[in-house]
Amino acid sequence: MIAKLKGQYGSGICGANTYLGQNYMVVDPSIVSDLLQILRNREQFDYCVDITAVHYPEREKQFDVLWILYSFSKNERIRVKIMIADGESVPSAVSVWATANWLEREVYDMFGIRFDGHPDLKRILLPDGWKGYPLRKDYGIIQQDQEWVKANLGIESGQ
Amino acid sequence: MTDRTMFDLKPTDPKPADDKYLSHLELGEPDKTFLDTNELVINMGPQHPATHGVLRVILKLDGEKVLGTECVIGYLHRGVEKIAENRTYTMFNPYVDRMDYVAAVSNGLGYCEAVEKLLNIEAPPRAKYIRVILTELNRLASHQLWLGTHALDIGAMTPLFYTFRDREEILKIFEKYCGARLTTHAFRIGGCQYETYEGFERDVIKFLDFVPPKIDEYEELLTTNRIWLERTKNVGVISRADAIALGVTGPVLRASGVKWDLRKAQPYAAYSDFDFEIPIGANGDTYDRYTVRMEEMRQSLRIIRQAVEKIPEGPIMAKVPKVMKPPVGEIYHSIEAPKGELGYFIVSDGSTQPYRVRIRPPSFVNLQALDIMVRGALVADVIAVIGTLDIVLGEVDR
Repeated sequence: MIAKLKGQYGSGICGANTYLGQNYMVVDPSIVSDLLQILRNREQFDYCVDITAVHYPEREKQFDVLWILYSFSKNERIRVKIMIADGESVPSAVSVWATANWLEREVYDMFGIRFDGHPDLKRILLPDGWKGYPLRKDYGIIQQDQEWVKANLGIESGQ
Repeated sequence: MTDRTMFDLKPTDPKPADDKYLSHLELGEPDKTFLDTNELVINMGPQHPATHGVLRVILKLDGEKVLGTECVIGYLHRGVEKIAENRTYTMFNPYVDRMDYVAAVSNGLGYCEAVEKLLNIEAPPRAKYIRVILTELNRLASHQLWLGTHALDIGAMTPLFYTFRDREEILKIFEKYCGARLTTHAFRIGGCQYETYEGFERDVIKFLDFVPPKIDEYEELLTTNRIWLERTKNVGVISRADAIALGVTGPVLRASGVKWDLRKAQPYAAYSDFDFEIPIGANGDTYDRYTVRMEEMRQSLRIIRQAVEKIPEGPIMAKVPKVMKPPVGEIYHSIEAPKGELGYFIVSDGSTQPYRVRIRPPSFVNLQALDIMVRGALVADVIAVIGTLDIVLGEVDR
């Protein structure tokens, strides 16, 4: 499968590897939209397990965005990973897997990564007016949006 | 009358073809006066006894019929994933119990196994068997709690007392084993902290003999009960294709006819040693989810009996370094929790603290299917569907 994809995309597939028995591939952000559709339609990865991100502030391309996919017919998992800089957006996978809707909203909520083509990209776990993205590394563990807390809860601090 | 919030039935802009999955309501100017229309937008929750926690559902109604819903979640958000980045691997272990607090043992199992994989160690066989026994007992307890509260929501009060009475016996075993009843913190990375207590096997076998007639008793109350059938048959139907597209897992997926269980598909702990069936449903309605879970309880008992009979002797803890520093890398490990696939994605940067922990919660993903299951149904069915999805808000919001 990897060989076939490499033939199709050439250097778009930056790397495909196995770590501790788990397959993952690192791809270029420009092909990820096509690739996810191909994985869903041709390679039968019909179940999108999870979409998540990791923040590396010291890197030039600060964020890893990951799709964890599973195929019922092959009983196989694969992780697709892209690297993007802060402010770059990612193509939405909602039209490929409906489940991506809330998962992408959570990534946006926690990391501030925007998904192009998402039908309703807004915060999901935090309140709508909240400022800041808590799972970024520069967000402190006891940090919070003091203004929001004061305005909405009427207390000085939530701590 | 004018400040009353009303929603436009027509979407404000053209949407993609498969927008049937979208669960958000479009706010627009009402094009009917209040007297012309029966449309109504109401809030269910966040404080509502039938939402099983602090879940707020915005319902758009036409009379008694549901036109659309939107879930507002996050009331219990504690930032578990952020906390994980600031704790060592060992210190984070008890936190996972607080997500799905009715199945704390399963959460712990998933986390411990994920870290073990990252460290490249394996728990000894005896520890694996103890893990299976406790996890399956917990699955039973979780299903019993689900049945009691679900039936109570629909209007049957007796099952609540029956299931809580019998669940107590499981909690007693947990309490004797590790001192806690709910947030057990039963396992450690590398195995189990405690050897089974004197008489553990006897207690479990006594429970295995005690509980099957009780499960029959629950079924007697409900399975052929006319009111129960009316309230659950053809209610909250989700097709096989929709279930897969929405990524739902666990009994909800199996009731829609997908024979998939991680314990069989990708066995973890000692599950490959045991003989058990995966019950599935045909219609994907609330009644099927009920029968699937009832059968799962019996299959859990089967697994526990085999595990108790075959439990090997030996150490319960693998050799684990005092200071855990997993090599740089990423791992995704998931288990079949009572509610569905519970996954942990852990990134290690080689230090004592995880660089990132992502928890894939089954309740969160399953809750997304609520909208498609209740559209066109009655308000009372929303209660039934929330119950049948078996969500725990501690896990939805983390």
